[in-house]
Amino acid sequence: MMQRIGQAIRGAALLDFVGAFGLALKIMAAPKKTVIYPNERGPQSPRFRGEHALRRYPSGEERCIACKLCEAVCPAQAIYIEAEPRADGSRRTTRYDIDMVKCIYCGLCQEACPVDAIVEGPNTEYATETREELYYDKARLLDNGDRWEREIARNLEMDAAFR
Amino acid sequence: MPIAKVNGVEVEFEPGMTVLQVAELAGEEIPRFCYHERLSIAGNCRMCLVEVKPGPPKPQASCALPAAENQEIFTNTPMVKKAREGVMEFLLINHPLDCPICDQGGECDLQDQAMGYGRDDSRYGENKRAVEEKEMGPLIKTVMTRCIQCTRCVRFITEVAGVPEIGLISRGEDVEITTYLGAAVTSELSGNVNDLCPVGALTHKPWAFNYRPWELKKTQSIDVMDALGSAVRIDSRGAQVLRALPRINEDINEEWLSDKSRYAVDGLGRQRLDRPYVRVNGKLSPATWGEAFAAVAAKIKATSPDRIGVIAGDLQDAESMKAALDLFGSLGVKNLDCRQDGTVLGAGPRESWLFNSTIAGIDEADAIMIIGANPRLEAPVLNARIRRRWLKGDVLIGVVGEQADLTYDYNYLGAGPESLKPFVKHGAISKQKPMFIIGQGALNRPDSGAVLKMIAQAAAGMGLVKDGWNGWNVLHTAAARVGGLDLGFVPGAGGLTAGQMVKPGALDVLFLLGADEIETSASGAFTVYLGSHGDRGAHKADVILPGAAYTEKNGLYVNTEGRVQMGERAVFPKGEAKEDWSILRALSDHLGARLPYDSLDQLRRKLFADHPTFGQIDFAPGSIPTVFDLSAVGDGGKLSDAPFAAAVTAFHLTNPIARASVTMAECAALASGAAKMAAE
Repeated sequence: MMQRIGQAIRGAALLDFVGAFGLALKIMAAPKKTVIYPNERGPQSPRFRGEHALRRYPSGEERCIACKLCEAVCPAQAIYIEAEPRADGSRRTTRYDIDMVKCIYCGLCQEACPVDAIVEGPNTEYATETREELYYDKARLLDNGDRWEREIARNLEMDAAFR
Repeated sequence: MPIAKVNGVEVEFEPGMTVLQVAELAGEEIPRFCYHERLSIAGNCRMCLVEVKPGPPKPQASCALPAAENQEIFTNTPMVKKAREGVMEFLLINHPLDCPICDQGGECDLQDQAMGYGRDDSRYGENKRAVEEKEMGPLIKTVMTRCIQCTRCVRFITEVAGVPEIGLISRGEDVEITTYLGAAVTSELSGNVNDLCPVGALTHKPWAFNYRPWELKKTQSIDVMDALGSAVRIDSRGAQVLRALPRINEDINEEWLSDKSRYAVDGLGRQRLDRPYVRVNGKLSPATWGEAFAAVAAKIKATSPDRIGVIAGDLQDAESMKAALDLFGSLGVKNLDCRQDGTVLGAGPRESWLFNSTIAGIDEADAIMIIGANPRLEAPVLNARIRRRWLKGDVLIGVVGEQADLTYDYNYLGAGPESLKPFVKHGAISKQKPMFIIGQGALNRPDSGAVLKMIAQAAAGMGLVKDGWNGWNVLHTAAARVGGLDLGFVPGAGGLTAGQMVKPGALDVLFLLGADEIETSASGAFTVYLGSHGDRGAHKADVILPGAAYTEKNGLYVNTEGRVQMGERAVFPKGEAKEDWSILRALSDHLGARLPYDSLDQLRRKLFADHPTFGQIDFAPGSIPTVFDLSAVGDGGKLSDAPFAAAVTAFHLTNPIARASVTMAECAALASGAAKMAAE
């Protein structure tokens, strides 16, 4: 009986309503959590595994030596490599394809790479309109490397202490 | 037999075995680099250290230590483990860490054994040594810094190949493997040193950087580059054959393979016929299968059987020859021949065209006469076996024919048939197991019937064929030849031979079943070519039916011993090409003479029923010596005194696959250059 009377008084005084209104006002005044993408971005770990890139040495020489360890380790079998001796006798790829649709972004390729040639960079913004555009070839990957070298190098340096 | 203990387990062994072999008998794995079963013992890598009691209290190199009665051998004690780790650490001191760019990576003894028996790290902090590269020709790629001085290559080239052109110079840290004056290795077996090298110091130059061993599909097959039928493994990736490696077959090639068999595989991807062609207005133009068959069928139907001829090539499988035989036999064609070079064999007993002593029988022979053959070029692996027999001593080797460097000493008896005459009257000889090796050089002459007769008389007189030993051996040069002769792919009564078929105006229709070694341009007949490569045969053809190369079909091949062997398909035929027998089966429909088989199985069943010898897979008839009638071999006629000419002059260019190969072209250029230098 007493319980019912109490409930009636709280109802008449609009306590629930006032409480909820107060919470809404409080949150309205609080700083926002929403990231206004693309003007703002969330923090990214140096270990972030995004779009692939093939790196070069500072001299401009490509790093990849066609050892095919990435191809062997790739669990999705997304990498395909062909190699032959270059004119100067060094071991280089003639073909380095990654099927970005097959790729599961596990990062094993960059783990396997003995020369830090294939890396997964920080880029996430490479959505395309067609599937074919996601079949990356060697030129595209090297181009990625040139474009993202500064960020990739910084990330590798930050992570070096833990590897 | 004496008994030793390996890790406490008693093992019986044959006297003369080494500790390493005894440990292997017991199932213990001993790591090794320099030791190889088929080479002499060097004992210089020290990887095979074991503990032996009784003996000095230090590890012993098991490969060079004879096992003794009541010896106790330990392969898993702390002393052995420590010794192996120490040796491995020393080996790795100067070995570069370049496994990712090394072609041996993935199939490297040093990699595997460092994982299995080595320490986890190295304590060596000084500079590593570097060694200058050596030039060893177009087949051997050297990265000498990787060399661990096991000297397997030196021992192989010196002992097995018999051309001592690789050696070890200097001492201690400066020790180096090198060739004389940086010259290319001139052996026909040089590719084997790349297999033998336990590290990546010597690797296959033609295949450099092309593949990783783990990505290849391995298919067991039979080699067709010579008539030995060596066991090979075809490694392919996708539709591409990347390499051919020897498989072990003690009766034929042991574990060696000739350079041609190994490196001609790049020819499988070049000059290929991948679609049918029909000649229109003097020019070959692409056609569909239907159009090509219609063109062939119309021509064959309009021609009387005695104006049609069929020539089978040197690389054909038995099935396709059987299909051609059945098809054209049913049409009444008698002009059939599988002997493009005009060899006289094919009549008389089967033994007359076989290598009856068997290839392994060379090891037992005590007198060998080589007539009109250069085994070094015609069958390098067989030549290595003759050389090994010669090294063992107590063997008489004679040569009639070309006086070539065969890598062993022999008595040169003469150049032509007249030098055989003394042997006809020679009478029985004192040797127990004498053999004649008769090459195609003696058999493809106009007077070969008489030559063969004379050789047979000599063989009969000298007692070559007797109970328990058959010393009559024909060394063929074509992988398909014995199969063709066994099938009876020879002219029927009144039929023309291959040489007669290509004469101007002899025929109206000429069907070439992969026949590329015969000049057909003068023939003037309507020529149909069924084969895999755009080579001599296809150039003059009016219709081209694209067939499969030996790696692209399941096929039976009969080697020079008469041993039937089965090769498996590694990849599919290129483009629209089909397997040869199925092309003939399809053509038979268009000719209204349907062949009675729809699958390879049915074809084989008919083949085995019609020719029972083909049912005995992997059986060499000579392993059970049979006496046959030598007087039925050969026929009369006048002998000329022209010297026996070599059947194989350009070793690297004997068939369409090899002629399409870039590697073989390079080797041939080098070989002809070297020959010119020698002549000057």
